Amino acid sequence: MHELFQEIRSVIISGRPKEVEAPIQRAIEAGVPLDRLIHEAMIDAMDEVGRRFTAQEIFVPEMLASAMAMKKGLSLIKPLLTASQNVSRGTVLICTVKGDIHDIGKNLVVMMLEGAGFQVMDLGVDVTVEALVEKVRESRPQILGLSALLTTTMPEMKRVIETLEAEGLRDQVKVIVGGAPVDEAFALRIGADGYGADAAQAVALCKKLVEVA
Amino acid sequence: MFTVIGERINTTRKPVRQAVEARDAAFIQADVKRQQDAGAHYIDVNAGARVGREREDMEWLLDVIQEEVSIPLCLDSPDPRVLEAAYERVERPPLINSISLEKERLNNLIPFLRGKDCGVVALCMDDSGLPKDADEVLDRARQLVEKLEGIGMPRHRIYIDPLVQPVSTRTEHGPQAITAVRKIMTELEGVHTVCGLSNVSFGLPKRRAVNRAFLSLMMAAGLDAAILDPLDASLMATLITSNMLLGRDEYCMDYIDAVRDGRIAD
Repeated sequence: MHELFQEIRSVIISGRPKEVEAPIQRAIEAGVPLDRLIHEAMIDAMDEVGRRFTAQEIFVPEMLASAMAMKKGLSLIKPLLTASQNVSRGTVLICTVKGDIHDIGKNLVVMMLEGAGFQVMDLGVDVTVEALVEKVRESRPQILGLSALLTTTMPEMKRVIETLEAEGLRDQVKVIVGGAPVDEAFALRIGADGYGADAAQAVALCKKLVEVA
Repeated sequence: MFTVIGERINTTRKPVRQAVEARDAAFIQADVKRQQDAGAHYIDVNAGARVGREREDMEWLLDVIQEEVSIPLCLDSPDPRVLEAAYERVERPPLINSISLEKERLNNLIPFLRGKDCGVVALCMDDSGLPKDADEVLDRARQLVEKLEGIGMPRHRIYIDPLVQPVSTRTEHGPQAITAVRKIMTELEGVHTVCGLSNVSFGLPKRRAVNRAFLSLMMAAGLDAAILDPLDASLMATLITSNMLLGRDEYCMDYIDAVRDGRIAD
């Protein structure tokens, strides 16, 4: 089992989606416990990918290739999981705020969060405060991720947090923010729970937030 | 002629923001002088970083810059009121940066642009988001040209931006931009194409090397303007060299001049 896990880890870390199926099938046939397969081989590999990206040892395309390998691997395992085998690390609702249709950064965050084992609901771009608050109420995510790429749409993030407060939902969800013009100071000023400068930092932040929660 | 729009006066860049906050005219003037000397044809001015103070920052910048340089300005804001105020303040016909097919922006800017003596940067963006392939870019470019011609703006004052997306997230983004420029320059004869260069290299190491190769390929496809840093000497060397190789530098004079001035590294 150890060798098989090593092989799966290595395929994911080096970003070879075409080669992920064979070792995972072998692991499944060998009767390896699926939760261990996911956590010890696959999620662990993605954690390493995040670490390397933050250290600038690898770059966006390599990270994406790893996330693709992860996604493909998970799609082979998920149909076999029973209801009691919950492998989700936590739930994240994410979108680009109203007035803003930039989604490249947000999509990277989504891929990396999924790769890290989070269950992600992606509402897409140009999402109104009302739609967002409704979705928070309805699906109760642990974390709400907001993205903006324009200085003109950053204030929308503040509006989301204020509306969550007014609706009595603020203490049920951690709000995190990101995007090129956003920084730590802005996140603090608008009362967000965290800021991530890139996709790997966003994942690290989400892990931290669900652990304390 | 290839049009260079100098991108440095942007308040999202920290030194510029600090200079604007401190009303440090000397800093701004030294910067724009260097851009002009390096071959910029326009100075882009973006004062958007300080939310709520964009208009006063923009007006201050315009006054300070025009005291120093004689080239026209590229007024960079999504806010029509800021553009209106800025337009009233410039001494030479500016470029307006930018209009797009996003309904709100389009509806606000079309009445503003009617009858104005200016050029316009037109982004191939609409309310559904970024274009997915070169044909979609062309389709949006066509719609933009129709709208602008509809208010009497001649094609030679329209600069279509095909919206460059990073190759790191999808390798097709490279050929998409290059093909889009080729199609626009062929099918919409008379318009200009313009783009920013740095988006293409997002997420990659050694970004400037990527930007240089991209500029060269885009120029081969017909790109005739770019928003870039004219103080990036190796990028400017690529521009001058590519221009010559595309047959747009008679007797290779600009290239040889640049070599004599020490602007082309071996």
